[in-house]
Amino acid sequence: MSAPNKSYDPVEVEALKPEEIERMRDEALAAVAAAADLDALREVKAAHAGDRSPLALANREIGALPPHAKAEAGKRMGMARGAVNKAFAARQAELEAERDARVLVEEAVDVTLPYDRTPAGARHPITTLCERIEDVFVAMGYEVAEGPEVETEWFNFDALNIAQDHPARAMQDTLFVQAPGKKAKEAESGVVLRTHTSPVQVRTMLDREPPVYVICPGRVYRMDELDATHTPVFTQVELLAIDEGLTMADLKGTIEHMVRSLFGEGLTTRLRPNYFPFTEPSAELDMQCYVCRGESAGNPDRPCRTCSSEGWIELGGCGMVNPRVLTAAGIDPEKYSGFAFGFGIERLLMFRHNVEDMRDMVEGDVRFTRPFGMEI
Amino acid sequence: MRAPLSWLREYVDLPAGETGRDVQAKLIAAGLEVERVESLGAGLKGPLVVGQVLTIEELEGFRKPIRFCTVDVGTANGTGEPQEIVCGARNFSVGDKVVVVLPGAVLPGDFAIAARKTYGKTSHGMICSGEELGMGDDGTHGIIVLPQEYEPGTDAIELLQLVDEVLDIAVTPDRGYCLSMRGIAREAATAYGLPLRDPALLDVPAPNSFGHPVRIADPAGCDRFTARTVTGLDPEARSPIWLQRRLQKAGMRPISLTVDITNYVMLELGQPLHAYDRSRLDGPIGVRRAERGEKLTTLDGTKRVLDAEDLVITDNRGPIGLAGVMGGAETEIADHAAGQGTTEVVIEAAHFDPTAIARAVRRHKLPSEAAKRFERGTDPQAASAAAQRTVDLLVLLAGGTAEAGVTEFAAPSGPRTIAVRADHPDRVAGVEYGRETVVRRLQEVGCDVYGQDELIVTVPSWRPDLTDPNDLAEEVIRLEGYENLPATLPAPPAGRGLTHRQRLHRRAGRALAGAGYVEVLNYPFLGDWALDHLGLEAGDARRTTVRLVNPLSEAEPALRTTLLPGLFAALRRNDSRGEHDLALFETGLVFLPTGEEITPVRLPVDRRPTDEEIAGLNAALPVQPRRAAVVLAGARELAGYWGKGRPAGWADAVEAGRTVAREAGAELIVRQDQRAPFHPGRCAAFYAVADGAEVFAGSAGELHPRVIKAFGLPERTCAMEIDLDVLEQAGTGAVSAPHVSSFPVATQDVALVVDASVAAADVEAALRSGAGELLESLRLFDVFTGEQLGAGKKSLAYALRFRAADRTLTAEEASAARDAAVAAAVERTGAVLRGA
Repeated sequence: MSAPNKSYDPVEVEALKPEEIERMRDEALAAVAAAADLDALREVKAAHAGDRSPLALANREIGALPPHAKAEAGKRMGMARGAVNKAFAARQAELEAERDARVLVEEAVDVTLPYDRTPAGARHPITTLCERIEDVFVAMGYEVAEGPEVETEWFNFDALNIAQDHPARAMQDTLFVQAPGKKAKEAESGVVLRTHTSPVQVRTMLDREPPVYVICPGRVYRMDELDATHTPVFTQVELLAIDEGLTMADLKGTIEHMVRSLFGEGLTTRLRPNYFPFTEPSAELDMQCYVCRGESAGNPDRPCRTCSSEGWIELGGCGMVNPRVLTAAGIDPEKYSGFAFGFGIERLLMFRHNVEDMRDMVEGDVRFTRPFGMEI
Repeated sequence: MRAPLSWLREYVDLPAGETGRDVQAKLIAAGLEVERVESLGAGLKGPLVVGQVLTIEELEGFRKPIRFCTVDVGTANGTGEPQEIVCGARNFSVGDKVVVVLPGAVLPGDFAIAARKTYGKTSHGMICSGEELGMGDDGTHGIIVLPQEYEPGTDAIELLQLVDEVLDIAVTPDRGYCLSMRGIAREAATAYGLPLRDPALLDVPAPNSFGHPVRIADPAGCDRFTARTVTGLDPEARSPIWLQRRLQKAGMRPISLTVDITNYVMLELGQPLHAYDRSRLDGPIGVRRAERGEKLTTLDGTKRVLDAEDLVITDNRGPIGLAGVMGGAETEIADHAAGQGTTEVVIEAAHFDPTAIARAVRRHKLPSEAAKRFERGTDPQAASAAAQRTVDLLVLLAGGTAEAGVTEFAAPSGPRTIAVRADHPDRVAGVEYGRETVVRRLQEVGCDVYGQDELIVTVPSWRPDLTDPNDLAEEVIRLEGYENLPATLPAPPAGRGLTHRQRLHRRAGRALAGAGYVEVLNYPFLGDWALDHLGLEAGDARRTTVRLVNPLSEAEPALRTTLLPGLFAALRRNDSRGEHDLALFETGLVFLPTGEEITPVRLPVDRRPTDEEIAGLNAALPVQPRRAAVVLAGARELAGYWGKGRPAGWADAVEAGRTVAREAGAELIVRQDQRAPFHPGRCAAFYAVADGAEVFAGSAGELHPRVIKAFGLPERTCAMEIDLDVLEQAGTGAVSAPHVSSFPVATQDVALVVDASVAAADVEAALRSGAGELLESLRLFDVFTGEQLGAGKKSLAYALRFRAADRTLTAEEASAARDAAVAAAVERTGAVLRGA
């Protein structure tokens, strides 16, 4: 570095000549542009913008200039270094973007790879369909009632106006429990596997003061062979409403609400007279086929598998609670009336979800259950 | 009940064009379950004519005897020449009248008839059997041989009434009267608003004292008995075609004229009848209860020992029939073919107590057409008309003579009346029918109705099912049409939603399914072999089961006391079908006898039982708690590009218990246990605290190798079973929200060496109690055994996280808390701090 000199001729400081500054600047810019990667750029930066770079060294000479020349040389020098630094930054950003793009490409994966590390679980469609129905009624203000599956004959039969000699009480329909401690098989225990969830209705009526609005889902048992359309152990949902002034019209409206909630708007229902000991009047309950909407009936061009081209699907039985049942359950039939209906969930599942063989619901094959997931 | 439309039209003038399906729809709307309409003779096309066999040539040399016949078919074949027909049947002779189908005809089943070469001859048509004509099985399997009176060439389609429609009706127990043409016709007449020609309206001579003597010893069991006698019957007389055809269409097989007539009248009027061969009766006919041990051989040839409750028909020798169910063999009508045919009969038309008949049917496992009607209640007023109708037909068709004697016993009885408000049907239906409609509809049913607002309704004798006001309401509503009921929605009071127990049931299922378990619903039946397979000790409570009198399978006569055997079977079934990585769960009831069950007393139903009576009923029942259980085998995590797989293990099973307990909000205490069916070293017992007491809640672990072998399960199968009702009781209720501190955490790791027998749960409990309030969380992150620890030792490594609610902890504070935690573990479990 030259010593300060008051009478110094700026021209004699070679490094600060304008042409020289331009040359150093251009060399630096060319080197920046030529840097192929970030490592090269780092070297270029050391060579052309570092402390020992020609521009840095030249800059130090400014102090040696006479005052009048300092300003101009400083300005020229600043512009040159500014241009170089800007080019560096631009090139740096450019090269970093290139590097990032390359690394991210290298890190790419196949996001379509499956991930079946833990096989999925599922709930049984009978369970979820039951819950679905419960929810329809709970939303209306009904409550869910439960009861024992091993039940006394009084609750299962007598209180429901099923007399001692009714055919339903015969061996071919009912599974009887052996009297405890007795070897004789025929020993009367007065206890059965419930043949319907109606005993829960009786228990509910005994437990509560009217009005009563409950739905009783649960397992029931009947002597039957397991085959494609029957199972001796099945699931029933029954509904019971007891209040002042309930009518068959209320029964019909309630059923229609349920059918629409489960199968879609616009479907109608049909009641056909029938007989059950625990209801009077009694009816068989049909819903319009939700697939063909009744259009397959009498129309050979549009056969419907779901309803066998009947146009209607049989849902279950219903009716006005027999006043004798109310009496046995301690409810005044002069003051209160009620309606009830019940149906089998297995059958409902069969036609709502195209299940072809009831055994699939019983055997517990995971391939059957998994597709139903958590809700239905 | 099968009702031919042509027969129905005899009593009701149905519109001419009305099809079976039309009538079906009307009757269904009126409450008759018409299951289907059978079209007889659908697609049948003539010529089908009467022929007379002129010659028969036996053709030899074929695998079966074949006949080449010439048959006179009148002019039906256009030429009047004898028709040449090959026939394989042999039950006919020259001169017999037969049914001949000619070329160009089509038989049911789209069977087109043409001349064809067969057995070296050309057959120009066919001689027909009943089956080929769709007439049903007549039991002969031969061709039809007609009575001589029909001319060759007569149209046989008309003669044999081959084209008809039959309504097949499933009659409900309350509608016994519809087990007759009379009853169905009444419903059809009402449905169409047409008059009914009641076939029971017959002139019946007044009873007198010179009929066959009858002694009724049990008027409660038999409150009506009519006996009529017909003599001079022609034993050779056969049932005419119209009678045979009606029986066939109704689903009965023609047998002999007398039997056919009694069956016919039963179908027509609903009154079962019995015909006794008078020559084989010894003295008066009696009705009484059987003496215990008395014997009777019924018509089906079975020798039966009678019960004291059985109602029997007797003569001087003793029982000659099981009343209302089946006659005895000794007084059976003799078949004309036997050569000594019956010529004199006594006809019985009676009314029996439905309950007595129903019990006899079940006791003797002997259902019959007669019993089916008596069980549901027959029309006592129709008994004498039915006897008369039978007499008339025997006179007409069998050439008999009716004796003047008419025996009739009728226990005194009045008409049954029901008082009902005139607006009761309106209130049941939710429809305003009005008094006038109500009265009219009840009259259509056959009731007599008096009164204004309060009606006094006398019900018809054929409707024993009408006893209560609601029965009458149903009659009105069904005739007005269920399809015309409006739909309204009642407004229930606000409900409380699901109970805790119900919500827990759902949450347990969702949580287990979320953890990869698939739900199964097994039958709850159990065999003792399964309890043996589980390796249960003799005194194990799970061996005490509820047993069934009539199990579905003798191999599984009991109800489950544990969910596990059902799950094992489901696991095995899946495994055998090629699914090996399995996690299954079930929730459901188990049935645990209390050992103190009592046989409940039979309670009345005309009042509410008392609370004590209800308690008495409940004391007859086993305890029925709800359980959740899982079973796992194969890989819990599969191997893949992410790394290695992980086999299902005991820890998964224990964790399933914790998962369920979490849903219940219950704190689960896990202890080392040794309990069947688990591996003695890999078995956890669950406890929960309910009402201040620790209660056993279930078990989990790896199954005992012997159990795995016995049930045929995959190696290392693991399982868990837990009581949801116990967990519900143990739920801690609403969670109180923790204070979340935003001060920094201080983490301290410790490794403790303990004896291998020390439970990690105990070490953890000690650390927690020693660490004090500053401990935010604690996690076991490693378990290590090795030589450097020495035999019988294990090292447990815990990460302890300390944090204060109000300040940043100093290093000294955190270390002090850690040291206190370690000190507690040292003191309580004999732990040694590793590296200390």
